[in-house]
Amino acid sequence: MPDNRIETVPGGRRPRPGQEHFAAELDEGGLGAVDAVKVDDKPSSMWRDAWHDMRRRPMFWVSAVIILVVVIVAAFPGWFTDVHPRFDCELAKSLQGPEPGHPFGYDRQGCDIYSRTLYGARASVLVGVMATAMVVVIGTAMGSIAGYFSGWFDVILSRITDIFFAIPLVLAAIVIMSMSENRTSFTVALVLASFGWTSIARISRGTVMSVKNNEFVTAARSLGMGRGGILLKHVLPNSAAPIIVYATVALGTFIVAEATLSFLGIGLPPSVVSWGGDISAAQQSIRQAPQILFYPAAGLALTVLGFMMMGDVVRDALDPKARKR
Amino acid sequence: MTTQFPVTDGTLPEGRPDGATYDAGTDKPLLEIKDLEVSFTTRVGEVKAVRGANITVYPGQAVAIVGESGSGKSTTAHAIIDLLPGTGKVTGGSITFDGRDLVGLPHTEIEALRGRDIGLVPQDPMSNLNPVWRIGTQIEEALKANGFEGGRAERKERVAGLLAEAGLPDAERRARQYPHEFSGGMRQRSLIAIGLAARPKLLIADEPTSALDVTVQRQILDHLEVLTQELGSAVLFITHDLGLAAERAEHLVVMFKGRVVESGPARQILADPQHPYTKRLVASAPSLASRRIQVAHEEGEVSDELLAPEPGAAPQGKARGGDVVAVRNLTKVFTIRGGRPGASTDFTAVDDVTFSLKRGHTLAIVGESGSGKSTAANMVLGLLEPTSGVVEFNGVDVAGLSPKEQFAFRRNIQPVFQNPYGSLDPMFSIFSSIEEPLRLHRVGTKKQREARVRELLDMVSLPASTMRRFPNELSGGQRQRIAIARALALNPEMIVLDEAVSALDVLVQAQILELLGKLQDELGLSYLFITHDLAVVRQIADQVVVMQNGKVVEQATTDEVFDSPRQQYTRDLLAAIPGAGLEGVEIAS
Repeated sequence: MPDNRIETVPGGRRPRPGQEHFAAELDEGGLGAVDAVKVDDKPSSMWRDAWHDMRRRPMFWVSAVIILVVVIVAAFPGWFTDVHPRFDCELAKSLQGPEPGHPFGYDRQGCDIYSRTLYGARASVLVGVMATAMVVVIGTAMGSIAGYFSGWFDVILSRITDIFFAIPLVLAAIVIMSMSENRTSFTVALVLASFGWTSIARISRGTVMSVKNNEFVTAARSLGMGRGGILLKHVLPNSAAPIIVYATVALGTFIVAEATLSFLGIGLPPSVVSWGGDISAAQQSIRQAPQILFYPAAGLALTVLGFMMMGDVVRDALDPKARKR
Repeated sequence: MTTQFPVTDGTLPEGRPDGATYDAGTDKPLLEIKDLEVSFTTRVGEVKAVRGANITVYPGQAVAIVGESGSGKSTTAHAIIDLLPGTGKVTGGSITFDGRDLVGLPHTEIEALRGRDIGLVPQDPMSNLNPVWRIGTQIEEALKANGFEGGRAERKERVAGLLAEAGLPDAERRARQYPHEFSGGMRQRSLIAIGLAARPKLLIADEPTSALDVTVQRQILDHLEVLTQELGSAVLFITHDLGLAAERAEHLVVMFKGRVVESGPARQILADPQHPYTKRLVASAPSLASRRIQVAHEEGEVSDELLAPEPGAAPQGKARGGDVVAVRNLTKVFTIRGGRPGASTDFTAVDDVTFSLKRGHTLAIVGESGSGKSTAANMVLGLLEPTSGVVEFNGVDVAGLSPKEQFAFRRNIQPVFQNPYGSLDPMFSIFSSIEEPLRLHRVGTKKQREARVRELLDMVSLPASTMRRFPNELSGGQRQRIAIARALALNPEMIVLDEAVSALDVLVQAQILELLGKLQDELGLSYLFITHDLAVVRQIADQVVVMQNGKVVEQATTDEVFDSPRQQYTRDLLAAIPGAGLEGVEIAS
């Protein structure tokens, strides 16, 4: 440091020790152009960063494999077993243990548990995906309209949301399902969705309200873009992250809700193989043959775990603020 | 050290409680930072935020660290009191305070030092006071933490004394109020009261007034100066404003990219900067510059081969000269909802404002926060409906346009906003952001639009490869360039710049102002420049409108306003420009 002292002191006291005029040598790289664009890095966006973040986490790969397996099994159970879950039952084999070709043994009706567990995935995944899709559409529409247009829209839509929010999901589903005649995966999903959209509506209302105050929205307005165009082009894409995160977690809860209803006997009819129904049937023989309960329950738990873990990973990637340190 | 603080009556601050006095001529430094290294651990490895910094502060002296964001100035200050955020760590060098090395000192000892010997006035008065506690309670807390012994009544008295000392009138009542009842300036005064509560030997003021209006800023800095002089405390200013630093401190330390590039007596650095960075900084500090960025005032050739305005698309009045925009008796009244239904009050944000902007010229609207300048701009942009009054564009009343004409009118006036982080959609690539206006107004084919985006990027001096990037990859100044390119896409006649350079670092700000000057010259643009910063106005504006509480208080050419301001308010604003008092110094440029 003393090497660079500059000795001129124009018309003033001498600076005190340590405070002499000092100028550093120029760095090897020089100052560089002020504010130059880095042209060598790869382009990145929020989604690309999120993907980069996710794929380095083991939890992402574990949950992705679980989800992939469950979805493939749900779509093509025939690839994994030749035994039909309902028509290949022999009462003579009731509650028998595993044997070659039938690794999980037989249930009380003499049906193959392995086959029933595989076929049960379809009902769960179907109901979960349909209910989530409906919830995202209804909830986002309600929430974003309320948040974006505010005023009377907001007052009315928010009160409607509050009313639905006050009704417990499973209770409402029990009441409606026990009245309905025609019970299919679609009706179960519809009933679950019609009482389960409120959280998404609230989340999307909040994010839309904060996004719409951004200056890029004002810029779009001063370009003459209409309100609907701004909502679809600018506001919704920027509000998508929390909705996606919630939807991933919600998928797991809807699968659980479907199993609950089927367990209670008011979800899917016995003609549809489902984990909830099988768990319900297995409880009679839990003392003699606990394995009957174990396999469908394990299938359900693994599936829900897969979606919940994925939800966690997605949240961490899309919302770095919520990340655990 | 005794812990019994004397109680002041608010007008006569006393020296340190232990009776120590600071001889300004003493040759023993209070704070000596030697070869300080600070690094942060990040995902990509260790990043050095401060490299080999040397700073010396003598008792009772005012020293300023100047630098742009990311230069390591705040990190250096926070390293002194071991308040480095996150993974920050001192990895080398020494910090000697009052004869003791602070590096590696146990937490308890540093904590004892904080507040008592080294006070801190943080940057943001809005977030640094706990909103659920009374101001008085928060100052009492500071007293208790620093070992104030004495009963409740004494403490209360002391709190009132401190607030009065910090320049808050009616201190006893004020102490019972909550932060939201305070203005920004009052909050900053409370933070100063907290920082000085224990009569520290050193006060670190981290951008103490950046969030405040200029006139408030000046009052607070004046007061802080008097106060610390009387108490004998040394002050370490952290600031981005070279003018402010030179005015308030006798010794300057200029930091750039984590290194101290130059340090020395303030006036000497201004008069004779040695390091190229400091030279650049001195040359571009708006508060020190006095020249207008050269712009040809005659209307230039408008380059519009690609985007010739469609006939009939816009109110055509492209006669040379004349007013682009004329605003007459513009008024905006907002209705503020009261506590109960029906109990609403009217608030006049813009009150009977009249001004006009000549083609190819720049009109600056200057005012402090709440003066109504942005509301006026939004009405000119057609984003807000005026309560009464007329906005004429090229002689046509904008309010009388049909929706279709209104859509076409949008092409002629485009905005650039203050916040470079909010003005671009993070989901849109730079290409889509700039192309959006063209797409929306159905200009050209896809290929022509892409060519136009390239041309626009070139106009704002960014490489064409920028268009594949997303806003989060660009710096504030670069985003502002993109925002300017987007505003230019439709070849507007006029651009409304709403605090467009206020959030930028000095050098970047200078670049953008230069760019704006160049574009005005080339394209014959007219600018409506909204700002709180009179220093910038001198560099860019031809005409100035000064607004206060919704009204126009002065309106004249820039030279007139700066040379012979007629209103007291304008004079106050001018006097408040940091560095305005440095007239005796010959500034290198």
